[in-house]
Amino acid sequence: MKKVFGKSRLQNEVPLHYCPGCTHGIVHRLIGEVLEEMNADKNVVGVFPVGCSVFGYNYYNADGVQAAHGRAPAVATGVKRVAPKSLVFTYQGDGDLASIGMAETVHAATRGENITIVFINNGIYGMTGGQMAPTTMLGDKASTCPMGRDPKTHGHPIKVSEMLATLTGPAYIERTACDTVAGVLKTKKALKKAFEYQQAELGFSMIEILATCPTGFHMRPSDAQKDMKRAMDFYPVGVYKDIKGGK
Amino acid sequence: MKKLWKGNEAVAEAAIAAGCRFFFGYPITPQNEIPEYLSWRMPEVNGTFIQAESEVSAINMVYGAGAAGGRVMTSSSSPGISLKTEGISYCAGAEIPCVIVNISRAGPGLGGIQPAQGDYFQAVKGGGHGDYKCLVYAPSSVQEFVDLTAKAFDKADEYRSPVMMISDGLLGQMMEPAEIPPMVDLNKLPKKDWATCGNDQYRQRIIESIHISPDDLEAHNHHLFKKYAAMQKNEVMVEEYKCDDAEVILVAYGSVARITKAAVDELRAQKIKAGLVRPITLYPYPTACLEKLAKQKSVKRFITVELSMGQMVEDVRLAVNGVKPVDFYGRAGGIVMVPSEIVDFVKGGKK
Ligand SMILES: Cc1ncc(C[n+]2csc(CCOP(=O)(O)OP(=O)(O)O)c2C)c(N)n1
Ligand code: SF4
Repeated sequence: MKKVFGKSRLQNEVPLHYCPGCTHGIVHRLIGEVLEEMNADKNVVGVFPVGCSVFGYNYYNADGVQAAHGRAPAVATGVKRVAPKSLVFTYQGDGDLASIGMAETVHAATRGENITIVFINNGIYGMTGGQMAPTTMLGDKASTCPMGRDPKTHGHPIKVSEMLATLTGPAYIERTACDTVAGVLKTKKALKKAFEYQQAELGFSMIEILATCPTGFHMRPSDAQKDMKRAMDFYPVGVYKDIKGGK
Repeated sequence: MKKLWKGNEAVAEAAIAAGCRFFFGYPITPQNEIPEYLSWRMPEVNGTFIQAESEVSAINMVYGAGAAGGRVMTSSSSPGISLKTEGISYCAGAEIPCVIVNISRAGPGLGGIQPAQGDYFQAVKGGGHGDYKCLVYAPSSVQEFVDLTAKAFDKADEYRSPVMMISDGLLGQMMEPAEIPPMVDLNKLPKKDWATCGNDQYRQRIIESIHISPDDLEAHNHHLFKKYAAMQKNEVMVEEYKCDDAEVILVAYGSVARITKAAVDELRAQKIKAGLVRPITLYPYPTACLEKLAKQKSVKRFITVELSMGQMVEDVRLAVNGVKPVDFYGRAGGIVMVPSEIVDFVKGGKK
């Protein structure tokens, strides 16, 4: 029988440990497919900080570095400076990137560091059990804002793509959502463009991907998927920075 | 050829000579000459210098560069080293070879910028979280700083471990004649087939310090401590000065050891049989040397001299193990004692 669909050759034959309905698995696959299509999958180093995807490197037949919470852009900077010909990416959650690691993120961006950040914005801390993230939307309940996020006590959510787009350093920043098949395909296109920019040595790229965490929000996977519409209203998808000017 | 070198700049050039091509740092007094020097020197040798956004970022850049197989260094001073300690723990856990220089200053908190040795515990007892050690060198002259820099990179590679060099502004800012060794041949540096640098074949090399299964983690702890046992066996460095017939043994390291050596000479001139033990490695500690001297008939007492409220003295007491009395003389806050203070303490201090 002819095989019509399978994992990319970059992905190992091991079961993913993510919850049902979680977006991490989809994005893992997209990264593998993109790098395979670019024929760039032999020279890859992935940097995975703590978060639900801390073991991400186990799923790729590529070099992998585990990083401390928030420090992946700094670690990736070190890797890239030693191995400039390799494609180096970080894979970070929103707590990791936008809270404890904000300084590393902003400064890698403003240096125009030639790395790609894959930023999973699921609006919550998944790994530690559903605490409030810097991206949790107003009114949303998390285990450390059980009455819902209130701007008076918890402040406002951060829009990272918009913020980084104000910098001169980044080459390419886009926000996508894995809400539908079309959204997944758009995400794949964005990831490919980001890695192509890195390959062409154009500098820093980040794809912010709106994602689900059904476990953290105590939702059925199907409801979490539908609920993503709300996130997309607050975090509009689109290209926020492109030094080539494309949309 | 010997040249007049400022301590900090000598260390920077010695790192270049040792094949270090990656440096990540953040400004803090009194170590600024190291990043300043390397900011122009690295580009000359096709190396990388980055002024990171913080010490936290700097040590994590070190972690990444070391993971990818680069010879890499960072430097800072006490408060900055505190910020680096999480990263140093990760480097130890993930077995990243790297060199960390602490031109330490007086604390706690923001403290002051004058010389101090209050970071001894942080350097030798871990500093960061978890069960780990760094090989720690404490030079007492600019030439020794240079020589130990070369050694530090080699030992970091040999043990796949972070190596720390600890000193203070006294040595960092002082100018002394020193000779930088010739440039190593970069092609002759150890090959690192474990390095996560990507390459033209499919392979999955992983650098990590996470071991979720307690069995795995305990095995990893044992693996690390086998390395530390080998360091204890092979890497101890210590200078004994006039100890053969000594009645009082002074113990001091780093810049203070120079002052203490002058005190030993003055005491000898006054017919008091003093000697000096100068640990050059703070970890592994020269315990055996002190054990031996504790049993030596002539020795009546030990005095530890430090620029702190008393930190290394605990390791001296552990080594001497109650066989002879151990006293302590220290100055803190950035005040550096003069030899006559030590002489007076030996003559008048507790027996
Ligand atoms: C210094 C430090 N602080 C806290 C933690 C605990 N911690 C691990 S993952 C995590 C948050 C992960 O959330 P996010 O980055 O949003 O990723 P997700 O799990 O949602 O994919 C936290 C706080 C840690 N490992 N290290
Ligand atoms: S906790 Fe949330 S982010 Fe983590 S694997 Fe489960 S669904 Fe995904």
